[in-house]
Amino acid sequence: MEVRVEGLVKRYGRVLALAGVNHVFPSGALTAVVGPSGCGKTTLLRVLAGFVQPEEGRVWMDGRDVTGVPPQARRCALVFQNYALWPHMTVFDNVAFGLRLQRLPASEVERRVREALALVELDRVPGIERRRPKELSGGQQQRVALARALAVRPGLLLLDEPLSNLDAKVRQRVRGEIRTLQRRTGITTVYVTHDQEEALSIADDLVVMDGGRIVQSGRPEEVYAHPEDPFVAEFLGSTNVLNGTVGPDGRILPSSEGRLLFRAEDTALWPAGQSLPPDYAWAPAEVVDCLFLGHVYRAYVRLGDTVVLADTKARVGPGQVVVAVPRDRLLVFSGSEPAARR
Amino acid sequence: MRSPSPSLLGLVGRAALGALVLVAVVGPLLSLGLWSVAERWHWPAPFPQQVGMKYWSRMLQGDPLRALTRGVTIASVTTVLALAMAVPVAYLAARRRLPAGPLALALFILPQAFPQLPVFASATVLFYRWNLAGTVPGVVLIHLVGGLVYAVWTLTAAFRSIGPELEEAAQNLGASTTRTFFRVTLPLAMPGVVASAILVFLHSLDEFNGTLLVGAPYVTTLPVYMYTASLGYELQIASVTALVLMVPGVVLLLLLERFLRAEYLAFFGHL
Repeated sequence: MEVRVEGLVKRYGRVLALAGVNHVFPSGALTAVVGPSGCGKTTLLRVLAGFVQPEEGRVWMDGRDVTGVPPQARRCALVFQNYALWPHMTVFDNVAFGLRLQRLPASEVERRVREALALVELDRVPGIERRRPKELSGGQQQRVALARALAVRPGLLLLDEPLSNLDAKVRQRVRGEIRTLQRRTGITTVYVTHDQEEALSIADDLVVMDGGRIVQSGRPEEVYAHPEDPFVAEFLGSTNVLNGTVGPDGRILPSSEGRLLFRAEDTALWPAGQSLPPDYAWAPAEVVDCLFLGHVYRAYVRLGDTVVLADTKARVGPGQVVVAVPRDRLLVFSGSEPAARR
Repeated sequence: MRSPSPSLLGLVGRAALGALVLVAVVGPLLSLGLWSVAERWHWPAPFPQQVGMKYWSRMLQGDPLRALTRGVTIASVTTVLALAMAVPVAYLAARRRLPAGPLALALFILPQAFPQLPVFASATVLFYRWNLAGTVPGVVLIHLVGGLVYAVWTLTAAFRSIGPELEEAAQNLGASTTRTFFRVTLPLAMPGVVASAILVFLHSLDEFNGTLLVGAPYVTTLPVYMYTASLGYELQIASVTALVLMVPGVVLLLLLERFLRAEYLAFFGHL
């Protein structure tokens, strides 16, 4: 199902939750909507589900205007952040709820419930369909919530921070499983999260939101490599921000005229005094500290009055160095206002 | 050094407390029990001279039994009516969709805020005008005044403790608002419904002031009967009635403890 939104505006009191949102969610793709809390991503999701009526703008699903259509008639299934499983029903009844509403015969309901439970790999837990949500682990509850949504074979699957209540280990695994599941079923999916790593890893199509607007969207690799906006650059990855400009010889000069953004993994440290190839921007600096992160060492380097991060393969001792960033990896913006536009 | 054994003072204090509880709780009960079986008990004898079940057997027939069954009927009708009215009001209040919400809620706690007697007395005047005085519907109405307070507030708390996303999940899968309410919301609010039913039932069963003012002399419930009995110096009948009245109270309160959750009570009075 292709979903298109046009000019969505929604206010809560004086807060502008959606400030004119336009986007096409491609059919069969997983679109991750990412942004800091309060950026409007959850409101966008609730507009798609039909729980929030936009003040302006339209929602189209497969070319049909569904803006005024109530949530019951939208064929989109929402997985809630806290799962919203019904505690007074068994797992079976939870998953069967939507199917029974469609007045399917009991045998068909049973078949579809088993199919949905198998899809989320809960069929391996014997007797789970007779248990109540409270008797399940967080990860299992999450799967039941997914199964309940998938059982009705929705045209659009909406996931609201689906992993935020799981611990780190389980989160990694379930994230991969959601990805696989989405590929296998081909259901158009909108996945809302505040975790940039989660969004980058799972998305076919990435939407970055801030202050009720879509700041940038596109393939995750594209958005990560070419942020069009200081906010996006800062939000994705470990990004250094310096107030400064690059001189003709490549030297970084402190200045209030411009802002330079570069990622820790693009930042190299050279011995002081060594001459650099011409395609680098550089500045003399001093290593303050160096932490071992497992896959890299992260050096804290004092450059003027700011500390920037540089990821290195080997440990670097304290002392004078040259910070060097390839020119094509350096993002130059004019002005020096803070990146967040709120 | 060993720690000193429990101090004498502490022991004495605990014993005194125990004695106090014994006197305050068991004492009156014991006296009621004694009076209920005393067929002849003249001062200054410490115990009844003649003990028997005469008054208990009188309780199980005639007027007292009629008062009991009538009281139970009135309490049942009051409970059903109170719930029927309170469930929709409480649900709308909990979801903040009640027009003038806090004000409407305050309306339901108002009767408890004033001294009851004047409220009931002025209600009685109105009831005479409407030919409701001395009728069962009149007594039910006066019981509803207090009963609705318990029902609305307990139920509002019960509905408020149910996350709206549980309802949204049902609507998201295609359930209408009505079906969502009966399949999701109401079953989850059941402990609160049972708790408020018990509260209303007990309130009605034990209500005295309004019943006497509105119902007497034609509608007599057990508390009113007990009152008239003790006025006539029939302490035995009054004692038997009191003990009989205690049974549903104790049983239902024990039940109530299972259903009434702390968060329901914590909500009382919060607008």
